Amino acid sequence: MPADFNWAIGGEAGDGIDSTGKIFAQALSRAGRHVFTSKDFASRIRGGYTAYKVRTSTEKVRSVVDRLDVLVALTPRTIEENLDELHEGSIIIYDGERTTMQDVEIPEGMIGLDVPLKSLAEDAGGAIMANVVALGAACEAADFDIEHLDSSLKKRFSDKGTALVENNKQAARLGQEHVQEHYADADLDYDLDTTDNDYVLLNGDEAIGMGAIAAGCKYYAGYPITPATDVMTYLKGRIENFGGHVVQAEDELAAINLALGAARAGARSMTATSGPGIDLMTETFGLVATSETPLVICDVMRSGPSTGMPTKQEQGDLNMMLYGGHGEIPRFVLAPTSVEECFWKTVEAFNLAEKYQTPVYLASDLAMAVTEQTFEPDAFDMDAVEIDRGKVVDEETIGEHQTESGGFKPHEITDDGISPRAFPGTEGGAHMSTGLEHDEQGRRTEDTEMRIEQVDKRNRKVETAREREDFSPREFGDADADNLIVTWGSNEGTLVEALEFLEEDGVDVRILSVPYLFPRPDLTEEFEAAEEVVVVECNATGQFADVLEHDTLQRVKRVNKYNGVQFKADELANEITEALAAGEGQEVQA
Amino acid sequence: MSSQVKFTDFKSDKQPTWCPGCGDFGTMNGMMKALAETGNDPDNTFVVAGIGCSGKIGTYMHSYAIHGVHGRALPVGAGVKMANPDLEVMVAGGDGDGYSIGAGHFVHAVRRNVDMSYVVMDNRIYGLTKGQASPTSREDFETATTPDGPQQPPVNPLALALASGATFIAQSFSSDALRHQEIVRKAIEHDGFGFVNVFSPCVTFNDVDTYDYFRDSLVDLQETDYDPHDREAAKEKVLDADKEYMGVLYQDEESVPYEETHGLDSSMADIDDSGAPEGAMDLVREFY
Repeated sequence: MPADFNWAIGGEAGDGIDSTGKIFAQALSRAGRHVFTSKDFASRIRGGYTAYKVRTSTEKVRSVVDRLDVLVALTPRTIEENLDELHEGSIIIYDGERTTMQDVEIPEGMIGLDVPLKSLAEDAGGAIMANVVALGAACEAADFDIEHLDSSLKKRFSDKGTALVENNKQAARLGQEHVQEHYADADLDYDLDTTDNDYVLLNGDEAIGMGAIAAGCKYYAGYPITPATDVMTYLKGRIENFGGHVVQAEDELAAINLALGAARAGARSMTATSGPGIDLMTETFGLVATSETPLVICDVMRSGPSTGMPTKQEQGDLNMMLYGGHGEIPRFVLAPTSVEECFWKTVEAFNLAEKYQTPVYLASDLAMAVTEQTFEPDAFDMDAVEIDRGKVVDEETIGEHQTESGGFKPHEITDDGISPRAFPGTEGGAHMSTGLEHDEQGRRTEDTEMRIEQVDKRNRKVETAREREDFSPREFGDADADNLIVTWGSNEGTLVEALEFLEEDGVDVRILSVPYLFPRPDLTEEFEAAEEVVVVECNATGQFADVLEHDTLQRVKRVNKYNGVQFKADELANEITEALAAGEGQEVQA
Repeated sequence: MSSQVKFTDFKSDKQPTWCPGCGDFGTMNGMMKALAETGNDPDNTFVVAGIGCSGKIGTYMHSYAIHGVHGRALPVGAGVKMANPDLEVMVAGGDGDGYSIGAGHFVHAVRRNVDMSYVVMDNRIYGLTKGQASPTSREDFETATTPDGPQQPPVNPLALALASGATFIAQSFSSDALRHQEIVRKAIEHDGFGFVNVFSPCVTFNDVDTYDYFRDSLVDLQETDYDPHDREAAKEKVLDADKEYMGVLYQDEESVPYEETHGLDSSMADIDDSGAPEGAMDLVREFY
């Protein structure tokens, strides 16, 4: 493992945990360190336990681990909640003057740094800066140059005036000095090196929003829902600079219908929601598919069913995305595997939607949505973005797709299943679209032959896509290993980190991470070549394992986690080892 | 092209399957004539239709069109107009589509005030499902599913629109062809959401709200000294329990449509397909 450092701040919702955590994460990123953040939060505005965790290293970090080196505890519960992750030598920064923290006991073997956060903040200009005092103390504890924190504070507060920036810098200094003065003898042996690298730090929802703008998306309609709202928040105020528009609809039904309307008008259009919203959108999803309208629908999954656990992780909506909607409907289901891939899969989703005139589900999840990760800026190389609008006809070419009497054929029967598309305003292109079964001109029909021709035409697009697109999985580990581990979505990073633990234990594995869930790659050969296949996913029943068994006619072993928390690398390595050792048909649940 | 457009250019070659005598024939004719009269042609017109007898209108008209899912026509229309403000957008549906399943969208479409027109063919019954009570059916209207009548007051669409902040509210009668066409034209010309409730009788299932009933009872506001710009007067009219009115009940001449408020002035169909838009790298720099 890279020598990494794990830090967290925890308290009650409303204590400014998120923004404080982010300031520290940005300081680390600006100091050329890689960062991976995670959040523990409850579905409430104020009160309740909440924490922001930062894992940092000079090498790439892709997951969370069960370890905390420095914890800023604003409440006693923060210590209780993290007891398993604290270890001998862990440092706990707390304010012993705070009423709730007066009687707190620092667990044996750990180092408590009692810093009067509030009163030092008052000395610097205001009690509100107490958390920043803690950041200064944390910098000292971890031997991290406090000037990097200054730059992060400046980014955060500069639009509120230089005085506020200076006060915050001062607050951090007071925290730092307090530790220097009172804990000079303590064994604070962490050392956070800096590098000259420039990294960007962003989360999955932001990457999806950025990918949408890069892909030329101009229209977004959505309804607030955790954890998808940040996509809308990101786009609002940014997409307008690129000629686009964001609408907060009255509900998810309206959101997808607004997006459908914009797509019919020729805009690259998108909506994002989470499971409960997908339920509501499914009605219109069928119309989108039958009318062959390009639309990107992003499902940032959370724990279900029903309202489930809104702020917890799960990958439980796969079947919904694969099969949701009555009747039989072709669609694409793409699953980004990292924050970076959230960007690229969004770009690809728009191209696939327009090339094949189908709805495209983008399957993200809470773990990716709220996780901030560092990247080299050219991971988001805008020059590498390609745009393909598919078979759009104009006034000159429209004649090739008209009936003898001049009627346009938006559902023309073609060999590849893809029909011409005319944007409204195109002369000679006026046509009807409907969710009713229709003829080539889009007019309602119950003609038995036309019904079959239209169903086949729509399904033929899937075959065409299989021929034209590369749906390969991403591969890691030892290509010749007998053990094959398959996963999808946000587990990829954790699994790649688990590799190191597995290697230490002498377990060789080949990892396939599948970003295309429909159409998906044929893994029959890979399955046949392997002695053991283990499918890893964050749900209880193994939805992806089911479809792979169906595709390959081969039984697989399963590692499932559905307690609401994403996999951790060391834990996952153990689960895999256990699954590999278990007999046929036994399931392992994390 | 628009100068030569005839209203028949908006007719498709599909013959309507509406019952002989259905009010929807007159409603549709007035819509087509109003569209032609306001200088539109089928290639710049987008018609969004709902579900039910009224929803078939998208098939019988010739234009860019979509036949949506039940009750959701309004958000589709708004999406079309926002994405391409150059298009003339008209949404059509029935009383079930608009005031029952789509009632929530109706309220929000009204307050959103997108510059489009919404024509509701109100026959006070569900026709295509063969005669059940609709949200505008009378309290004592007996049907197979409500043998003693719905026993709840009908939705008052005009009052609902006014309460939601409508900038244009009108009511017409499909059989009064000239007046209906004129009212729809005014809805199209209105800068904002032009709402028209059209009495469009169902000759098969509704023997109460008939042509004769509307002909005898409707009060034509144009034949009175009514001022449609007076919101207080409109309040009185839409809440009048004794009379029903035809004409423009309310129009806010100061109405600023959504597109103008939000700076939407060009088609979003035009994107640079050579790659990411210019300046996109700034989006990445923001995360340093």
